[in-house]
Amino acid sequence: MDKETRHIIVTVIGRDEVGIVARIATTMAEANLNIIDINQTILGGEIFAMTLLADRAGSKLSMPEITSRLQESVAEMSLKVTVQDSEVFQYMHRV
Amino acid sequence: MKFTSEEILETVGMIAEDKLDIRTVTLGLSLLDCADPEPAACARKVREKILNRGARLSSTADAVANEYGLPIINKRISLTPLSLVVPSADPAAFVKVAQSVDAAAAELGVNFIGGYTAMIQKGETAIDRALIGAMPEVLSTTWRFCGSVVLASTRAGINMDGCHTMSRVIQETAERTAGQDGIGCAKLVLFANPVEDNPFMAGAFFGSGEEESSILVGVSGPGAVRRALENLGPDADLGRVAEAVKKAAFKITRAGELIGREVARRLGIGFGILDLSLAPTPAEGDSVGQILETMGLAMPGAPGSTAALMMLNDAVKKGGLFASSSVGGLSGAFIPVSEDASMIRAARAGAITIEKLEAMTSVCSVGLDMIAIPGATSTETLAAIIADEMAIGCANHKTTAVRIIPAPGKNVGDSVHFGGLLGEAPVMAVSKVSSATFIRRGGRIPAPLQSLNN
Repeated sequence: MDKETRHIIVTVIGRDEVGIVARIATTMAEANLNIIDINQTILGGEIFAMTLLADRAGSKLSMPEITSRLQESVAEMSLKVTVQDSEVFQYMHRV
Repeated sequence: MKFTSEEILETVGMIAEDKLDIRTVTLGLSLLDCADPEPAACARKVREKILNRGARLSSTADAVANEYGLPIINKRISLTPLSLVVPSADPAAFVKVAQSVDAAAAELGVNFIGGYTAMIQKGETAIDRALIGAMPEVLSTTWRFCGSVVLASTRAGINMDGCHTMSRVIQETAERTAGQDGIGCAKLVLFANPVEDNPFMAGAFFGSGEEESSILVGVSGPGAVRRALENLGPDADLGRVAEAVKKAAFKITRAGELIGREVARRLGIGFGILDLSLAPTPAEGDSVGQILETMGLAMPGAPGSTAALMMLNDAVKKGGLFASSSVGGLSGAFIPVSEDASMIRAARAGAITIEKLEAMTSVCSVGLDMIAIPGATSTETLAAIIADEMAIGCANHKTTAVRIIPAPGKNVGDSVHFGGLLGEAPVMAVSKVSSATFIRRGGRIPAPLQSLNN
């Protein structure tokens, strides 16, 4: 791929527990994924939801590899990690 | 952040829970340069072209789906109508080429390939006759090759002899595939006013006015539309309902356009069109019927269904057209019975009949789709059902289609089971009042008037 921007959106949703942000952030740092922005909230008082914008230009990992590493980093927790090119959101939510 | 959490979570939810997906990335491929009067040579050229041009389709689509996190369910190929490619009046030539196409599709891992197609709205050539003559054999001995026959157009009228001929073809195909409830018929679509850039099977073919090859994308997302309406609550008036459908359609279309352009770019071929059609699957929630239920109808088929479907179909198109300048194909709502859990329930309960479906097809794409009828239905009655559907398309300047299965040995109360995307359907009742004398007249119903439309 020869794109200039390599922004990705990482979404983590599931049961709230101590240490989710730390694990995700550590794994991303190890993969050389630069976090640009981060939002975290608790939906309905119990569901943890984190959305995270990152640059993967410096990372050698493919998208499926990024997804599986992040998912593994929270393997024993009840969480679902999704990684998508940020263009999806640009297209769907901006005219 | 560039996007709010709500926006991101909405998209993630649309994909994970509402089954928003790219239903098909279809490679449209011209076969005009493969014509050869020698069947073996023609079969070889067609096979080589499909294998050559389609080689990277699946892997490229999978790579894009992975990166964007949007599932691409099917990778398919649509071909130039075979009647324009095989210059032979011998049915055996068509069987040979069709088997070669089917084998090439299997080799590429493509689940359906379209274009076993003839256009006879005004009359048949000897080549068309050969193609149609071989159709029962082709549909019963190949797995992936889908057929379509154009029987009517607003400019030509309705080829009634063609309706009768195709009625016989359907019955023979059903008999030949009786062991699987007549599944061969699920791969055959009869058209009025077809579009030439449709990415959806079984009716896809790549028209003679198209370029050498292009990427045609079919996006779906009935679940996402239903969710948008559920969020609106039961008290919202229908203007607001239409608005919510438009907004959901906009987002779905944009997702499809992004994926289509990226796949086309990586394959180094043009992006053709995006077809935003609410296409259901048998999976619970992935249903157009359930959208009608969310609008407030107890079941699809209830009085009001035609009005609700008109609004849905229109709002989908409006949202889609604003989202992309490449909208094409059919773009609307599909109401196949066997492929939609809610429609199956309505048919079982007797809430929806063939007659009500026929009315609904006058306001949506596409037509009488995936309907099982008693195997003993007469050839003339089946031809008359086809003719009625052609008339709706013809008079309303729109595409209509018939994909109907006379289930061998089965009657009302029985069910047919195809499995997978094709689903299952209860056998629906057909009128017992005879149309035989009308159908036996044959000939062509002249093209309808295009002015004085009152």
